[in-house]
Amino acid sequence: MLSMTPKELKERTALRINPCKTCQPVGAIYCALGVHKCMPHSHGSQGCVSFHRMFLTRHFKDPAIASTSSFTEGASVFGGRTNIETAVKNVFDIYDPDIIAVHTTCLSETIGDDINSFIQDMTIPEGKLVVHTNTPSYVGSHINGFYNMMCGFIKYLSRKTGKSNGKIAIFPGFVNPGDMREMKRIASLLKAPFIMFPDTSGVMDAPMTGHYEMYPKGGTKIEEIAALGDCEKVIALGEITSEEPAALLEKQCKVPYELLPLPIGISATDEFVTALSKFSKCEVPYELEEERGQLIDIMLDAHQYYYKKSVAIYGDPDTVLGITSLVLEMGMIPKYVITGTPKEDFTRKAEELFARYSVEGCKAKASADLFELHQWIKNEKVDLLIGGTHGKTIARAEDIPLVRAGFPIIDRYVHSYMPIVGYKGAMRLVEMISNALMDRMDRDCADEDLEIVM
Amino acid sequence: MDERTKMLEKYSSRVYRNRKEHVIQIEEEGANPGIMANTRSVPGIMTNRGCCYAGCKGVVLGPLKDVAVITHGPIGCGFYSWGTRRHKGKCEDGRNFLEYCFSTDMQEPDIVFGGEKKLKQAIAETVEIFNPKCIMICSTCPVGLIGDDIHAVASWAEKEYGIKCIAFSCEGYKGVSQSGGHHIANNGLMRHVIGTGDAPPAKRYSVNILGEYNIGGDGWETSRILKRIGYDVISVFTGDGSYEDIKNAHTANLNLVQCHRSINYIAEMMKTKYGIDWIKVNFIGLTATCESLRNMAKYFGDKELIDRTEEVIADELAAIHDEVEYYKGKLKGKTAGIFVGGSRSHHYQNLLADFGVETVVAGYEFAHRDDYEGREVIPDIKEDADSKNIEQITVEPDPSKYREMLSPDEYEEKAKEIPLEQYKGMIREMKKGAMVVDDFNHFETEELLKYYKPDLFFSGIKDKYVIQKSGVVSRQMHSYDYKGPYAGFKGAVNFARDVAMSLYTPAWGFVTPPWKTKPMLQGKLAGGDK
Repeated sequence: MLSMTPKELKERTALRINPCKTCQPVGAIYCALGVHKCMPHSHGSQGCVSFHRMFLTRHFKDPAIASTSSFTEGASVFGGRTNIETAVKNVFDIYDPDIIAVHTTCLSETIGDDINSFIQDMTIPEGKLVVHTNTPSYVGSHINGFYNMMCGFIKYLSRKTGKSNGKIAIFPGFVNPGDMREMKRIASLLKAPFIMFPDTSGVMDAPMTGHYEMYPKGGTKIEEIAALGDCEKVIALGEITSEEPAALLEKQCKVPYELLPLPIGISATDEFVTALSKFSKCEVPYELEEERGQLIDIMLDAHQYYYKKSVAIYGDPDTVLGITSLVLEMGMIPKYVITGTPKEDFTRKAEELFARYSVEGCKAKASADLFELHQWIKNEKVDLLIGGTHGKTIARAEDIPLVRAGFPIIDRYVHSYMPIVGYKGAMRLVEMISNALMDRMDRDCADEDLEIVM
Repeated sequence: MDERTKMLEKYSSRVYRNRKEHVIQIEEEGANPGIMANTRSVPGIMTNRGCCYAGCKGVVLGPLKDVAVITHGPIGCGFYSWGTRRHKGKCEDGRNFLEYCFSTDMQEPDIVFGGEKKLKQAIAETVEIFNPKCIMICSTCPVGLIGDDIHAVASWAEKEYGIKCIAFSCEGYKGVSQSGGHHIANNGLMRHVIGTGDAPPAKRYSVNILGEYNIGGDGWETSRILKRIGYDVISVFTGDGSYEDIKNAHTANLNLVQCHRSINYIAEMMKTKYGIDWIKVNFIGLTATCESLRNMAKYFGDKELIDRTEEVIADELAAIHDEVEYYKGKLKGKTAGIFVGGSRSHHYQNLLADFGVETVVAGYEFAHRDDYEGREVIPDIKEDADSKNIEQITVEPDPSKYREMLSPDEYEEKAKEIPLEQYKGMIREMKKGAMVVDDFNHFETEELLKYYKPDLFFSGIKDKYVIQKSGVVSRQMHSYDYKGPYAGFKGAVNFARDVAMSLYTPAWGFVTPPWKTKPMLQGKLAGGDK
């Protein structure tokens, strides 16, 4: 496995090998799926949306709907105006969403289609909406696409009426529906009235009932997106993913925001809980304190199995930073942390975490790829890998256990239903990490050393 | 009102006018009512189709295990087509390129100022790190728009590094589906690879398997059977395939065409250039596999080979007899819908029929009319603006390598018995009342589920969970739901086992909660028990 990957590192300036990111539009679709009765629409050739629907379905094991402008060579030369007009008409006729969320592709961006003017000129049925964002695939990653689509919704829909609705807006970041559910549960426990945007819970983890619903119950409602402008405050989770939409809402509707890391691990969850508690003026309830105490209890009970173990973490920037923070709290060494997303803030924030826990010899890199991570590992091995599916080849090649967390996980089930955020999510991560390491001990030790009690 | 009318009348008049040409309901078995195919999808309709790049890189070139295929474009296209199609490949020397994804990961400045420089640098880095014998470059949408000359870069790389480097202009917007990409890949392999090897002519019973992508190991199972009979498999296009083998494909004596849609171009061109005959085979299904093996033996016509073929068939069938009977008992009388690819919907109907399952709806994503109606309609297929944009190449006989196995008289004689350069298509084998849908979409899938209520539905990942959530057993026919092989004799049993498993999995029995069917609240009537 991966036997052509050399140990010797050579600088690459052009060749990306085994990427740790994908392109903007898939993030835009995921965001739009978190809006109730919304049809994500890809303005480009139909292969893009085919790939994106395929990929999201593989991760969530649930249908990911999206339509396309189905560009042909002619449209690529003369522009896609007719295609999008026809598409919008057909989508409303056939699939009847309340809103269509258009995003662009590298094709329509390169030819310079002006989506805004197309939307202004098209006939939109009464009571229906069309919004858009620009998601050139040659800039950033799927993370940019996710927040750009959020910005698109905010630009078109969020308005300040001047009358506060007394709510707090929660931007969850690029996380699973299971995480969004956990964030909402915590907000409810703290009695904070909130709007979560986007919210893919109840959409991408819809239950089996025997009847397919194209638009399941979940998702942020259009009026809730409009009402973001009347919120008291925004908690923007994921410092890299959620800042732009939060800043836009502040500029557009004067709603202040607090930027927090994704609530992965103890201190990040503490920050989230504190922020909500301050807002709702509700004391942290015993139920949450109990969960927190249970988490610490577990971390004391099991520490000897992971203390000072080294780990390589890869994936999306905020998720990786969150997991890095948790493993530091566990006493582990986050030897390598990488993201494919080109955001230099990532490196700085990771290094701040290393410094906070005084760990040495750890390396962080944005705009990195799994090939390079593998080469680092070949030079200095780690005890554990944490990330999505695509690290499994490295795990196999180097015989390192892998804990799956983040996006994309296309080779396992259930993960999208379960949180990694909050105290409960941290318990789950601690369990997965310690199990992976302890299973390895059980597998590798001599017969006489096999422990019945651990 | 028939199902076809019911479904189509829900469309607006413009969509109706388009879709009515693509949907037919069989009225007379064995006849050809004609169908429209390989034309543009309607914008806004949730088609299951992919693009030209997906057909070229994803389908035909992706499985080549000893080639570094560099995707020239932004990161997405390369990322999505990395390791997700299950075209298995095994390398004895450990140099398996299928484990890697190579992309130029184009950024904004590359789009503005051109990406040729970055592509050259990416090739330089590939050569330095991996030292491949062959590099293939596949372009994505923006590359064609900004005008990068990837073919010039490929020529430069050949001179600079002394390796084979082939460029494929397979931008996603070309053609109307994956199909254009298959054709572009076929052209490139024909122009630059096939016939460039210097192996001596192979032994008498030598074949190439065309259009076998080794999904779930199908190609391995097919090759196992062929080798047992005594055939040499010179090369496979392209499952577990290699550049090195394909160079010598011209030395084989017969081409077997499994997936007609994606590879018939190479079969035809090899016939013209090297004189190699081709027959349509189908190694999916027991009856179909037996027939294909017998046709191959008839082609060579030697008694020894014919006897050996019968011996192997009998032995293979005996080995699976009990399991086949068991699964027939589990599946007989069920009905199925199947929407996939450009050849598989036909292939799998044969396999389903072996187990007593009737196909009531079937369709293709990217087939052409000949895949539905048979090759005799090819002269009548009208070219349109989209199909004209896909290059047609013409080849001439290669005097040094041209050999004919059969004399013209022998050819005539055999063509009466076996499908020499023939394919009759899917429609003629379908039953009265069954529906055939070209470029099927999300809406039509949902409608057809309502009308036909099939027990089983075979499609892809995009609609798998739509179907399953509707309460119908849904299995993927692109990826085999990560199982397989389904080809040949043992594969047929694997298939039946997997389908039975999905039909009988206990979770189906729990879909409706008990309180939805039985009263759960207990109480007393006012006034006491009496």
